[in-house]
Amino acid sequence: MYQYDQYDQQMVDTRVEEFRDQVKRRLAGDLTEDQFKPLRLMNGLYLQLHAYMLRVAIPYGTLSSKQMHMLAHIARKYDRDYGHFTTRQNIQYNWIKLEEAPDLLAELASVEMHAIQTSGNCIRNISSDQFAGATADEIADPRPWAELLRQWSSFHPEFSYLPRKFKFAVIASDTDRAAMRLHDIGIQLVHNDAGELGAKFFVGGGMGRTPMIAPEIRDFVPADELISYAEACLRVYNRYGRRDNKYKARIKILVHELGKEEYTRQVEEEFAHMKGLGLDPPVAELARITEFFADPPFDRQASDDLDLSDPDFALWVDQNVSEHKQPGYAIATISLKPRGGIPGDASSAQIDLMADMAEQYSFDELRVTHSQNIVLPHVKKSDLYALWQKLDEAGLAPANLDLITDSIACPGLDYCSLANARSIPLAQKISERFADLGRQRELGELKLKISGCINACGHHHAGHIGILGVDRKGTENYQLLLGGSGAEDASLAKITGPGFTEDGVIDAIETVTDLYLAEREDGERFIDTYRRVGMDRFKEAIYG
Amino acid sequence: MVDAIRLRDDDVHEEPAVSLDSFLDQSNATAVRIEAGEDARQLLPFLDRLSLIEIDFPVFGDGRGYSAAQILREAGYTGELRASGDVLVDQIAYLRRCGFDAFAPDSPINPRLMEEALGRYEHVYQATSDQRAAIWKRRHG
Repeated sequence: MYQYDQYDQQMVDTRVEEFRDQVKRRLAGDLTEDQFKPLRLMNGLYLQLHAYMLRVAIPYGTLSSKQMHMLAHIARKYDRDYGHFTTRQNIQYNWIKLEEAPDLLAELASVEMHAIQTSGNCIRNISSDQFAGATADEIADPRPWAELLRQWSSFHPEFSYLPRKFKFAVIASDTDRAAMRLHDIGIQLVHNDAGELGAKFFVGGGMGRTPMIAPEIRDFVPADELISYAEACLRVYNRYGRRDNKYKARIKILVHELGKEEYTRQVEEEFAHMKGLGLDPPVAELARITEFFADPPFDRQASDDLDLSDPDFALWVDQNVSEHKQPGYAIATISLKPRGGIPGDASSAQIDLMADMAEQYSFDELRVTHSQNIVLPHVKKSDLYALWQKLDEAGLAPANLDLITDSIACPGLDYCSLANARSIPLAQKISERFADLGRQRELGELKLKISGCINACGHHHAGHIGILGVDRKGTENYQLLLGGSGAEDASLAKITGPGFTEDGVIDAIETVTDLYLAEREDGERFIDTYRRVGMDRFKEAIYG
Repeated sequence: MVDAIRLRDDDVHEEPAVSLDSFLDQSNATAVRIEAGEDARQLLPFLDRLSLIEIDFPVFGDGRGYSAAQILREAGYTGELRASGDVLVDQIAYLRRCGFDAFAPDSPINPRLMEEALGRYEHVYQATSDQRAAIWKRRHG
């Protein structure tokens, strides 16, 4: 894992003191709420329906046990004993007091964490593949590149007042676990013909009101030109992105309106100019960062044998455990989607327990996934049973990874001032309706994603089944979408037709899944059947 | 409008700044003001004889002026670069990093807060036109 040096630490510490000063000015009345708002937003502090919400950055979703314990401590001391893991691989606290926020940030800084740029119209936390450094299907660990981008984007003076927020994802595998092409900039690490590692750039993806899948604009950017190429992409956007309408302000609209070719031409022109300016760190800097991500000291003698005689354990292994690049090891995903629970929520005690498990069984490392689960990336297979037993005792062993109850849901109207409808109670009801694990497994991989408004924080456009909450004449109404994917087969879901009540949409989901079971051919997932038979068959089944 | 704050030692430029359109028409002006949406690159052929370029910020959240300033400094402009309009103390440090060396804010800026803002961060992560050494440079020499 990356570790701060004195420079990184100083930057974060300075930010805490700067924010402390800004809060003091606000509390003393020297700053109006209007003046204070952009300052607190740049530091992840939102004013929600009931209280302040603080979003803490977890760069590329990787953290240590010590950092995880700190997240539990913060939940206990400053919030109501729980935290909420988000689709940006971050954590949010929903009940923060403004006057306590500076102390909270100081505690975070003591474990090399921060809330810098977790909101505002700036470059947000860089996300990545939760299996980075552990999976066999990647060509390199993408996280050193993400860390290089994190540092470059932190306090970037030219790109802190962009037309709108800006999100990067970096992956290094053809299997996309990070919804890379639904980001403002998606980067896939690739080799060129000479065998050098570089970055393939996809620009202009996103969800929100106008979902777009990012087109590729360059097939290879060398490591020592990564920053200047990113600067060129951002500068064209900063200058020409729309500022007249916040709903048309994301880079996807610019790329769409200019056309991919024209946007690319402008970026290349800017890049040609920037290349000579000395903006790029030397390759030695990427090499320095990469050293921090070296493999942990694996036991080379570890055995691949696994005793699956406990049937519940066997189910969990089958569903939640993924292949590791190192023989004798596995990647374990802890589902934060218990029956009837709130997707992504974890209590302080659970967060502490996951930290302990990582310390004991996963070389001190955890990951947060964009599906709001937690990963222990490096577990020895011989430890899996002991791990599972402890997780199970704490309610952390639902064996439902990638199944219908492993849903993504935004905070919705229970917390969010933008929402039109509640997401959490719907997710909870769906989780009850489909609680039978046998039934879920029969349905197989099924990505269900729920947003409580058109801003799409719950990724409904990328759901095999998506749900969008809207407000219809003062009552909550839910639209059903089908056919989206955030993976390497990225596609955007389409609305089936008129919306439903909360119970009505759950009935409709059942109709849809029943049709899938009746229609599927060998080996087809829900999404495959949908793509083969088309929307009309599903519409017919739902609306008659 | 309050008096401009200058971080330069040379004399104040007395000639009023003309609009970009007027400047492009009348080739002898030495001071020009560009609005947020205007293309700073149109000035590049004339940088040698410009002494003052003023860039307007209609609202502090409109960040186009930061890129305009960077473009001018990257092209070698050494005259006064002034940020005018909705310029607040909390943006001063970033403006400075993009090459601004004068500020004409709509509302006065508390000099003590401004000094604190400019001196707060000892180091920076990026190479920009203020020529401060980025942290990676300090790490690798």
